[in-house]
Amino acid sequence: MPNRSLLLKILSAVILFGAWEIAGRVPVSFAFPTFLESMAALVRMTADGTIFTAYAETLKPLIVGVAISTVLGIAIGLWVGLSQFFDWLFSPIFIVMQAAPLAALIPLLVLAYGIGLTSKVLVVCIMAMPVIVLNTSSAVRNTPESMKEMGRAFLASDTAIVLKIIIPAASPVIFAGLRLGISAGFIGAILSELKITPTGVGDIITYSRSIADYPSMYAAIFSIILLAVLFLNLLEKIEVVLFKGNQRGYVSD
Amino acid sequence: MVMSQTKAAFGQAEPADYESAVSARNISKNYGAVEALRDLSLEFPRGQLTSLLGPSGCGKTTLLKIIAGLLQPSAGEVEVNGHTVTGPGPDRAFVFQDFALLPWATVMRNVAFGLEMRGVAKSEREGIAAKYIAEVGLSGFEHSYPHELSGGMRQRVGLARALSVDAQVLLMDEPFSAVDEQTRRKFQEDLLALVQHENKTFIFVTHSIEEAVYVSDQIAILLPRPSRVSEIIRPSSFRSKGVDNIRRDPEYLDIVDQIWASLRSYVE
Ligand SMILES: Nc1ncnc2c1ncn2[C@@H]1O[C@H](COP(=O)(O)OP(=O)(O)OP(=O)(O)O)[C@@H](O)[C@H]1O
Ligand SMILES: [Mg+2]
Repeated sequence: MPNRSLLLKILSAVILFGAWEIAGRVPVSFAFPTFLESMAALVRMTADGTIFTAYAETLKPLIVGVAISTVLGIAIGLWVGLSQFFDWLFSPIFIVMQAAPLAALIPLLVLAYGIGLTSKVLVVCIMAMPVIVLNTSSAVRNTPESMKEMGRAFLASDTAIVLKIIIPAASPVIFAGLRLGISAGFIGAILSELKITPTGVGDIITYSRSIADYPSMYAAIFSIILLAVLFLNLLEKIEVVLFKGNQRGYVSD
Repeated sequence: MVMSQTKAAFGQAEPADYESAVSARNISKNYGAVEALRDLSLEFPRGQLTSLLGPSGCGKTTLLKIIAGLLQPSAGEVEVNGHTVTGPGPDRAFVFQDFALLPWATVMRNVAFGLEMRGVAKSEREGIAAKYIAEVGLSGFEHSYPHELSGGMRQRVGLARALSVDAQVLLMDEPFSAVDEQTRRKFQEDLLALVQHENKTFIFVTHSIEEAVYVSDQIAILLPRPSRVSEIIRPSSFRSKGVDNIRRDPEYLDIVDQIWASLRSYVE
């Protein structure tokens, strides 16, 4: 089975890149390079180290922001899911955050926190955190009553019920939220580099566009997507290791 | 105090001979507008098995959960060994009608869950759990997950979990409903042996009249919602005649008929 799913992944990648190559050769637009040109640019940037210095910049707000969103997002989500009061207090904030047009908020952030790392981290958090919080809290709220009841019947303390029943039961939905949140965090990191100050990968995109070096621009975009996909795969592996039995559906009769 | 409904029914037995391990007194339970139990009183003699028999939805699970301390009654109180129940306690263990297993935990961890919550060390609790896993016939499945088991096997995991905590009172909500007929008969015999050899009190919910008569020292028949005890039957003579002869015993057959006669009016 895993072999077959790997095969399907490779197949869909080949189709996608093939379509890209053809669209580039037609060409769809003079600003749209072929797949091979973009890859050549990526190899060149890797060889001369540009891409590494760029990522050294981009990864800073990304990693800090994603880490904060994961830890804080899950913690707040648990709280909100467990207590009516916190639900009332926090839920509206995250619903507004998720709906807010981020581009409109960036000037406000810059005004308040300047153009440094803080603003960029905040952009990543605003993108990543709401979906993590909202998924976690709804998963916690939807823990099957019968499992919690079983816990109480066998004398589990409140803490044990949270740690040994609610969190594992909620984990598939929490991880789904993490996947969505982290993808949004990647978008946030690039967005902040495009809208606040051009640094890192955002700088490559902005600069190569201004000098019409489209292959480099697409190479940079491709690299960030690749990184995101790799990261999400890693997350999936972590989930499998942590919660083995949750993988397959559980039918009770 | 014992209500007139049970007094009348106790007429056929001598209640004074038995000390109660569990007493339910004037229990009422409403779920919003639904009245599940109304003024139900019942004594559960120590060291014996009491069956609750009644139509679906009449409140058997509700009564069991009130005794377990998982639900608060709207009125009335439950005493276990002379103490009023305010919540779950180490003196009671529950076998759930819907099994309530943890899907991410292996059979071993599920069975050992109660011991884990009681703070028993890992190696010790796994030893105890392994014993009960073997007892319910699941040896070799210790490291399987619930989704890899059949319905009947899952039910046995729930049974082993309740047995492993060694509680004085076992609350069993249709514990054999999903196992096959052969296993069911074996479990019924095992249960009889358990009742005989251990001084535990069993409260047993079932839909099967034959099963109730076969395993019980006392059978309480519940009326449909709002539920109260309509009749208490104490099979007396055939228990001592040996496991193999019970199903042929005239008294056994009479009681089965008698219960069916009182229940059929609710089916029609
Ligand atoms: N959580 C609940 N909320 C509202 N009503 C409930 C709830 N639990 C049970 N009831 C109602 O209480 C009544 C008794 O339910 P209960 O589960 O105790 O029945 P039961 O005798 O165990 O039935 P069965 O034999 O089918 O398991 C039912 O009519 C049901 O509709
Ligand atoms: Mg029931």
